[in-house]
Formats: sequence, structure tokens, C-alpha cells
Amino acid sequence: MGIVSPGFTGRRGSGADLPPGQYLTHEFPVLSAGPTPQILTDHWEFTVTTETGEKYKWDWAALTALPAEEITKDIHCVTRWSKLQTTWKGVSLDTLLADVETGADFAMAHSYGGYTTNLPLDDLLDGQSWIAYEYDGEPLHAEHGGPARLLVPHLYFWKSAKWVRGLVLSDSEDLGFWETAGYHEYGDPWKEQRYAGD
Amino acid sequence: MSWQVATVADVRQETETARTIVLDVPDWPGHLAGQHLDVRLTAEDGYRASRSYSIASAWANSHSSTIELTVEQVPGGEVSPYLVEVLKVGDPLEIRGPVGGWFVWKPEQEGPVQLIGGGSGVVPLRAMLRAHAVAGTTPVRLLYSVRRPESVIYVSDLKELAASDAVDVRLVYTREAPAGEPRVGRIDADLIEQYALKPEDGATTYVCGPTPFVETVANLLVAAGHDPARVRTERFGPTGGPR
Repeated sequence: MGIVSPGFTGRRGSGADLPPGQYLTHEFPVLSAGPTPQILTDHWEFTVTTETGEKYKWDWAALTALPAEEITKDIHCVTRWSKLQTTWKGVSLDTLLADVETGADFAMAHSYGGYTTNLPLDDLLDGQSWIAYEYDGEPLHAEHGGPARLLVPHLYFWKSAKWVRGLVLSDSEDLGFWETAGYHEYGDPWKEQRYAGD
Repeated sequence: MSWQVATVADVRQETETARTIVLDVPDWPGHLAGQHLDVRLTAEDGYRASRSYSIASAWANSHSSTIELTVEQVPGGEVSPYLVEVLKVGDPLEIRGPVGGWFVWKPEQEGPVQLIGGGSGVVPLRAMLRAHAVAGTTPVRLLYSVRRPESVIYVSDLKELAASDAVDVRLVYTREAPAGEPRVGRIDADLIEQYALKPEDGATTYVCGPTPFVETVANLLVAAGHDPARVRTERFGPTGGPR
């Protein structure tokens, strides 16, 4: 245990089972590194590029024609807020990657606006991630990544790339935007993997 | 990056709700203007809470061991009321940092710098102004949106900086302007046109403040023709407008 802060008692008492260092919020804070891209669904496209360079593409009509799932999950931001039981609608990455031929271990998510984040491919499969396009029963607002964002709720929320436009699969792990700016390469909230080396 | 114990060397009340905490950090590795650090508080029974705060001071040199934070008290907050009202000179404070490599200004960066802050969003911008005063050669401008004259953080500091030729400081009052400054209102397209560097100036713009402020200003900049890749933002506060 570190030093005691004289006179600090803390607020406590959310009662929720949160990852270490997190506090509960009922709001939905917005964190982005630049202006919010305004992407029309007419122009939206999602691509998966494999390690051999093969490309798979979906436009908005193709994405929304796929079987969608309702998802209810807790989300955890590295800036320490957690939001419980958020509800989304989207297409599972299992569905999108079902016919993709790959033996890659890693994926780099790319966003409109230039943002990137890296993930092990295994963390995107087996019901762990979605391309989400509705939040709380409404089309996903641009500030929160609309028209569509990656949703990977078991990792810190910076991994859930807003304005997602594609995945590039690879045999080797490169680092994304925040990961090259000092944040952890994986980002498990339950292990408090906030910064590189945690 | 491990936690280390800093000691409060001084405190300065900036406004009714914000104060600057000067920390003595013997092993501080240095930082870039715009970076932040984590503060961790531990209660007697072991309960802990941490939050991130922007660093308000530029890193002078390796012989100096002090850094400054400026904390705005968040109503109902858990950590900021302690930092603003309870923490006193001589107290220990656990910190970890510096963190963040995007919302930063580096002396070797080329091109002019436009800073746009709302409320306590001026804190990392002040670190940039201070760093620029030491090492910058390009023009720098600050457009600072505040509610009223008494809400201005770093009043004397900004006056001093504004007196130098290198820095242009412009305050925008949203609720109440001082005598002789008739305009009251939010930053809009006209003000951006009038006071901000133009897209063709090749400026990198840093916008920091509450989410709705940053959202509005960043959209105005893009609409005015600024390359989104040269507009860096840092947002805080409980929520964005529409969910």
C-alpha cells in the first residue's frame, strides 16, 4: 500500500463490481483525439484486408443486411469511467470474418479520420466483438463513433475504434494510435493495463 | 512507469474553484507540454481513487524538480475537492507520469500554433505557452473562452505572456465581459475567422475544454477549411451532447 493522503476519505459506494481504479458514471463521456468525422452511410465502407493482401468489403446496405445482435455489456474507459449495461445493436465480427481466409494473429483497426488501434485477432472472435451501429435503440451518434464503431467491451474502450472503416490482419503486432503514445498494447481493464509496461 | 511520492511545495488559488498545486518531484523524468499525470489518493483504510490531470507547467530542465498542476473543482467530484480544498503545503501526493503523446507541443515542431481553450481547458495550453516562451520561434495564439473576468485562470501569467511579441492572447467572455469589452458570447464562426490562424498559415491547433465546447470549436475549424489532421483535441466533462 502506498502513502495515506491525510484527510482523504473518498466517495465510495457504487456497489458495482468494477475493474480496479474505475468509477461508475451514468453519462456517456466523449473522448476523441481530433474533430468528429461526419461520415455519411452512403459513403461508408468496411474492409477486411488479410495478411496476403486479399480484401473483403461491405457497404452500408451489405452490413445492415447481415444478421444483427442486441448486445448489453459494461464498458470501461482508461480515463477511469465505467458505464454499466450499455445496449447496442451490431454485427458480430464472427459473422463478418466467417468467410475470410486468414491465419493471422493480429488485427489493426483503422478509422475514418486516421485513428488506429491494435488487437489480437482472437479478441475479436467468439462473440467478443461487433461492428455496432445503434446505441440505446438509436442510430449511433457521430460523437460516439457513428455511423459504426468497433465494440470490444472486454478491453479498455479506446480499443473500440470509433468511425471504423476496416481491419488489416497481420502475422505480427504493430501498435496503434494510443499504443504508440504510451498506452498499453493490450488494455485489459481487470488487470489495469493502462500504460505501456503496466 | 511507477508511482512516486511528490511533496506539495506551494499552492496558489487561481479562481474561486481552481487552484494550482506546485509539486516537488525529486525523480521527475521531464515532460512535454500538454502531457498529463495520474494522481492517486489513499484513505486510511486503504481505499483508493485516481484521476488524471494536465500538467500546467513547462519542463524547464533536469535541475528543476518542480511541476505544477491546476485543478478545477468538479461539483460532487471525488478527487478534485480534496486537491482544491484539503491538500496543503508539505503534504505528500502520489503521482505517476507523464502520460500522453498526442496532445503535446514539441519545440522542434514546425509552424505556428493556435491554442483554443474553454474554462480549465486552458491548463495544458498554458504548459504549451510556457514551453513556447522558452523554446519556440513560431507565432503562437491563444483564444480563451471564459464565463466572466473572475473565471480567468493564470490572469497575471497571461498578461505577462501577452505583453511579449511572440504571443497573441484573446479572451472571449460567455456570460459577463469586463468594462470596455462589450462582446459577450460563445466562440463562433466569426470569432474563428477574426482571431484564429487561417488554414493557409499551416498552424497546428490545440483545442481543450468541456466536450460540447471542443465539439463546437473543432467543427467550426473544419468548416473554416482547417485540415482535421492538424486539429488536436482534448475533451473533459461528464458527457457529450446527444447520446
